[in-house]
Amino acid sequence: MNIVVAMKQIPDLQQVRIRNRQPVLDGVPMTFGSIDKNALETALQLKEAVGGNVIVISAGTEELEDTVKEALAAGADEAYLVLDDELEHIESSVSAHLLAELIKQIENIGIILFGEGSGDNYSGQVGPRIAEILGLPEVGYVCDIELEDSRVKVTRSLEDCEEVVRVSLPAVLTVMADINEPRIPSVTQILKAGKKPQQILEVEDIGFDLKGDKKIVTLSSLAPENKRKQITVKNGEELVDALLTEGVIRR
Amino acid sequence: MAGIMIYSDKDELSFELLSGAKLISGHTGLPINAVCINNSEQAQGLAARGAETYLINNEAINLADSQGMASALESAAIQLDANIILLSSNRRGKELSGRLAEKLAAGCLTDVGSIKVNLDKIECMRNSLGGAVLAAQMITSDYKIIAVEPRVFEEMAVGKEGPINNLKIEAQAAELEVLEQRAKVGDTANIESANILVAVGQGLKSENDMLIIKELAEALGAEIACSKPVATDKKWLPEERIIGLSGKKCKPDLAVILGISGQVQFTVGIRDARTIVAVNTDENALIMQMADYIMVADLHDLVPEMTRALLVKKRLNGVRL
Repeated sequence: MNIVVAMKQIPDLQQVRIRNRQPVLDGVPMTFGSIDKNALETALQLKEAVGGNVIVISAGTEELEDTVKEALAAGADEAYLVLDDELEHIESSVSAHLLAELIKQIENIGIILFGEGSGDNYSGQVGPRIAEILGLPEVGYVCDIELEDSRVKVTRSLEDCEEVVRVSLPAVLTVMADINEPRIPSVTQILKAGKKPQQILEVEDIGFDLKGDKKIVTLSSLAPENKRKQITVKNGEELVDALLTEGVIRR
Repeated sequence: MAGIMIYSDKDELSFELLSGAKLISGHTGLPINAVCINNSEQAQGLAARGAETYLINNEAINLADSQGMASALESAAIQLDANIILLSSNRRGKELSGRLAEKLAAGCLTDVGSIKVNLDKIECMRNSLGGAVLAAQMITSDYKIIAVEPRVFEEMAVGKEGPINNLKIEAQAAELEVLEQRAKVGDTANIESANILVAVGQGLKSENDMLIIKELAEALGAEIACSKPVATDKKWLPEERIIGLSGKKCKPDLAVILGISGQVQFTVGIRDARTIVAVNTDENALIMQMADYIMVADLHDLVPEMTRALLVKKRLNGVRL
């Protein structure tokens, strides 16, 4: 059984600074979204339990060839990528169609895993969209997975309850950040990651019209204005006095 | 083809969406249709709020199955001639949004934090780049799916009664089987509705130190919240208490932020607080830039000091503790 993990390359958000309300992305290295890493860890644990191959799929700019080594080092067996420098800011519907094409090239798929939201846009659309394109069942916000032959029993975490459901395979699952703690690859694993197979496709190979399929326009994108008092206080008492004066706490 | 359709699995969120639909309808003149699935109580609530309500009763449609739910709403949108579809951006709503959008070849925006209508253009604001920026976006496809965050709109008030119509939708039995549904055990904190929040991050050294945080929260009358690693990595607090992009977005009067560096994925969930206090050992921590009151200190020293100061003030004021 192949276990597919979809991951999204994003700028390392810890290194993004804001200047004049604009994000500064120059020189910021690329990485994968943090919940994507939980999805990968989920796949690796399933592989350890029942065997199979873990295949990472992703669509992004040329740097992805390098970024994907993170996932290969952590234990993924293989990567299927769509590379194109036009793929830097694609909308969810485009991502879904490109990734669905990659998935169609992979045989014997059991589970297709996603994080519940990407690290940058967190829209949570791509998993359900792909399930629709491929006509598969989908369960989101998963916090526990139990494989049962040709089916899977999963626990989904909603705001006010947990729901245990069973679906037949193949299925699309999106996982929560607290499902596991992603492993950190060793130095040897990192060194070996470059030798693992990467299948690379270009947008033309897929026959997809990137520009013809725009459904969203972005009118503006600015850091919110930050008007704060910025008063430095020296101790707990001074702080409490200030908050009382401000009226945000009551005596 | 034009009209607005709203749907949420949660009654109160559907009442909020009705207010959102009113805003769009006020500018565009488009009719509003409220859809309920296997929930006649919700239908009555929507009708009581003046909505043209459509109730779908079909036991084959399973709330837990996004595939069947999306099919049902697709049929409803076509039958009702609605092209603008407002859904709630709770977990079920977000799952449904993507799936329904794909069915209708629609552009879709989730986690929408506000809506502005400019002539007939619907501008949606949502966080982007992990919350570093707020993007104003517009859907250009014929069908538009907008999933609105909870509490963006006030619930529509009860008013002139609207009609409840039955809507017949064909459905196939779900492939997905629900085995069990259980309430979340233990912690049922609602940090989104708290007036005061004490938020802890990785500056907290051990789980035992949570005691001093609890004492401070009690003295302040605050709920305890946290940054993501405190819940997902350390598991010192449940996931319900996470502030941030993948957690809750809170707007308390006061947020006391302890030992959190202030990455955007966190601050996006607290930047609308009225007053922010930041306590951190690193004076250059990002959180300091977005605080009203800044205290460079180790939280393990400051927190007991602050609790004592609060208790002394209360005692001076004759409040029995």
